[in-house]
Amino acid sequence: MQSISSYLSPLFGGFLIGCSALLLMLVLGRITGISGIASSLLNKGTTDKVWRLVFIIGIIIGALLLQLIMPKSLPFRAELSSVVIVVAGLLVGFGSHYGSGCTSGHGVCGIGRFSSRSIVATITFMASAAITVFIIRHLVG
Amino acid sequence: MKLFLVLCSGILFGLGLSISEMVNPTVVLNFLDVFGQWDPSLIFVMGGALITVSAGFHWIFKRQSPLFSEKFHLPKVKDIDSNLIIGAAIFGIGWGLAGYCPGPVIAGLAYAQLEGVLFCFAMFLGFKISQLVKSK
Repeated sequence: MQSISSYLSPLFGGFLIGCSALLLMLVLGRITGISGIASSLLNKGTTDKVWRLVFIIGIIIGALLLQLIMPKSLPFRAELSSVVIVVAGLLVGFGSHYGSGCTSGHGVCGIGRFSSRSIVATITFMASAAITVFIIRHLVG
Repeated sequence: MKLFLVLCSGILFGLGLSISEMVNPTVVLNFLDVFGQWDPSLIFVMGGALITVSAGFHWIFKRQSPLFSEKFHLPKVKDIDSNLIIGAAIFGIGWGLAGYCPGPVIAGLAYAQLEGVLFCFAMFLGFKISQLVKSK
């Protein structure tokens, strides 16, 4: 087990994500669901693309800001082939749009407003992700 | 003003994902590895976000409308249908394969890693395929 202090930054990060979702709801009345916000950019019928693009740019700026204050590098994963990355990306994009939400929309905002759809979706993707990791790390690997 | 606040919201989101290390796919995969060396730290990310959101939504929904829109745009569908389950299950497989979900992989573009950029392209292609399938 890790020390208590190692859970403080996840907790604080979660608090900031929560504040972000509250701000967007207060300002525009929108759910902070990244798959929904991002995928609508591809839809010809979407008339409100500007705030979506601004929000997405904000996410990247936020990550860049922390890089300036506390530079960290992500691990380079040589064992993961580009084919796996592309397949995973396709599944995440398809599945999160088809299921109307991802970790933010269902997992945070949906559960946060006690939506039964979001609770079921979150349990489903958590379980299928855990099973996938189990197969890769403990059965195949 | 409206777009400035939206930008602030996005920045908070990106900061939150980075501080909590959700941008790091290895941390995410260690969290999903419940049968191995389980790293529970992401429970605290979700917990922190959920407590904040559920307390704040209660207060925001007391308003007649948001600041810059005539109404709250909440999902109207209430049924738990097959699209929801199938989509969530497929999303989970992709999440477990690489450790990226939509928010963190977009925030991760700040790190300019080829892996994340490639994943992002594929993810947007996946969005498009689902849009085409659903519109049929």
